[in-house]
Amino acid sequence: MARYVLKRLVLLPVLLFLFSVTVFAIVQAPPGDFLTTYVATLASSGSSISAEQIEALRREYGLDRPIWVQYIRWMQNVLTGNLGLSLEYQRPNAELIGERLVLTVVLALFAFAITWIVAIPAGIYSAMHPRSALDYLLTVLNYIGVATPNFMLALVLMWGAFAYFGLSITGLFSPDYVEAPWSAARGVDLLKHVWLPAVVLGVAGTARLTRVMRANLLDELNKPYVTTARAKGLPEWRLVLRYPARLALNPLVSTIGWYLPLLFSGSLIVATVMNLPNIGPLLLRALINQDMYLAGSILLIYCFLTILGTLISDILLAWLDPRIRLDEG
Amino acid sequence: MTAGPPVVAPETAEDRVSVASNWRLVWWRFRKHRLALLSAFVLLALYGVVLFPDFVSTQDPEATDARLAFIPVQRLHLFDGARLSPWVPAVAGKRNPTTLRMEWGVDGSRKTPVRFFVTGYSYRLLGIVPAHLHLLGTAAPDGRERLYLLGTDRLGRDQWSRLVHGTRTSMTIGLAAVTFSVVLGVMLGGISGYFGGVADVVIQRLIELLQSLPTIPIWLALSAALPRDWSPQQVFLAITVILSLVGWTTLGREVRGRFLALREEDFVLAAELAGASRRRIIVRHMVPTFLSHIIATSTLAIPAMIISETSLSFLGLGIRPPAISWGVLLQEAQNIQTVALAPWLLVPGLIVILSVLAFNLVGDGLRDAADPYSQ
Repeated sequence: MARYVLKRLVLLPVLLFLFSVTVFAIVQAPPGDFLTTYVATLASSGSSISAEQIEALRREYGLDRPIWVQYIRWMQNVLTGNLGLSLEYQRPNAELIGERLVLTVVLALFAFAITWIVAIPAGIYSAMHPRSALDYLLTVLNYIGVATPNFMLALVLMWGAFAYFGLSITGLFSPDYVEAPWSAARGVDLLKHVWLPAVVLGVAGTARLTRVMRANLLDELNKPYVTTARAKGLPEWRLVLRYPARLALNPLVSTIGWYLPLLFSGSLIVATVMNLPNIGPLLLRALINQDMYLAGSILLIYCFLTILGTLISDILLAWLDPRIRLDEG
Repeated sequence: MTAGPPVVAPETAEDRVSVASNWRLVWWRFRKHRLALLSAFVLLALYGVVLFPDFVSTQDPEATDARLAFIPVQRLHLFDGARLSPWVPAVAGKRNPTTLRMEWGVDGSRKTPVRFFVTGYSYRLLGIVPAHLHLLGTAAPDGRERLYLLGTDRLGRDQWSRLVHGTRTSMTIGLAAVTFSVVLGVMLGGISGYFGGVADVVIQRLIELLQSLPTIPIWLALSAALPRDWSPQQVFLAITVILSLVGWTTLGREVRGRFLALREEDFVLAAELAGASRRRIIVRHMVPTFLSHIIATSTLAIPAMIISETSLSFLGLGIRPPAISWGVLLQEAQNIQTVALAPWLLVPGLIVILSVLAFNLVGDGLRDAADPYSQ
């Protein structure tokens, strides 16, 4: 087990290196750099900047060097924990990202928890009562859940709350707590607001997971060991939870590997629509303004979260299912 | 499939099954899924719209008139009493004395008759033939009678016609991106599975790398990197490529698995011994065995592409105005105050859900029908 985990950990830096090159190439790609955008914005707002000042800025940010030098400089800084200065906000990127990163992870974990808490019982019920009215209802809901883009769901909810209750359900905090330092009260306030975006984010995954759980459990319920247990006189619900449900859960653990990363990157869209203080909207702005070091840092964080999600699921799976450990040695 | 020796007309149902071609069997099984069949008709209708968007439109989708902003939906009634004579309630506008804006409402007492096959704005059929025939329209085209089946947006553009044009872009991009993914997936997956060795290792690592990228942020970054001055056609093509960049990997894996399994089959060995070229073995003997499966898988991949395109365009980094797609239309609904004023701006979202639902149902039906071991 330890060896398996170690092997995966060794691969981590290699992957991150490849991703950092990819990310840098992508943020570098647009024609022009941040300064051209910056000068254009200044010009449109009426103020101007001298050519020497632009040159000085360009030198300061290293934009006059060859691309590979810029990459190495960026990497050196990232590795020492310095994510650089946002060209647009004129503040350290680490400071901009900091709290937003925590909120991104909190939101994704909440969505993940909601998904599992809803999908597993719903899937078990559906499999135990196939073709019942509730099973059909769940199936219909699942199809619609998978088909609805989450920004659409967010829009409809926001519209409903606004038009019928006069509520604004954007953001993650009440106005009093937006700028407040962390405290117990602020945490409670976060809990009051986080569940709605988490539901929006988790709907598609819940629908998919319910279907998989139902199918897996239905396969298991036909097996002889279930009949045996039933013949012994075990109550039905205890029987199901004790043996087949646990077996049916096993393949689901392997889906965590793609589901968690999906939540991290999916929260970008939900956060933009619902105006959540998350790294998603920050990335969007940085991309549009060509704030390349900020965009690069955020993209790298997304890559890291994705790898981390996959790693967690691989380790969980290896821990649950010894066959996988033996295969990969 | 090759045309076999002529068979005598089969007598019983069982005989018919035993001589039917694979595609016929798939069709018979598919036909049994009512919902899948219904969804297939929905998709056919949508692609009909894709082919003739201007014929279905009632107004020029680009025509703006600020005075006509936010006209509500005029519900289409097919029957007037017991007679088949479609009509919509007329709209009436009043200028708000304080904001000086036109405010529009539906006047249920006055009826605007709707005619079939009327002359309207001129367009080019399939981009070539000049035409001005439209499916629906009012009797008086001079503007005294108005027809807005889905209302208008903040610039007074007819939402129905824009939705029809958006359908063309979004449905095409889904299909194009999946086609491109299939080509890449079958080619690279095939090379990986058939030749093995170094090619296999390289392609497999590439797939793993692409699959562990955070898709949405990377798509956004790539779309943001597209030059601002590109034409809508160039952007369309670029978005297609960006979406397929990750899309081909799932299919590539599956094709590789199939090739690995099939390589050991007796019929492949037989073909090799008979002196068939590699190309012939792949195209003639191996691909047909999993073609139906690939079609089912790619049908199930289209909805994900449509949702991705819609989301990208919604965030302003996909298809850009003046090109119209479902995502571009939904951008109009980004502001909740506006949506509260004009809820019909959310209708494009319903069409997204409908089409994705239809693709999923057809895909599920095809997958079950293509599986030779299903009941």
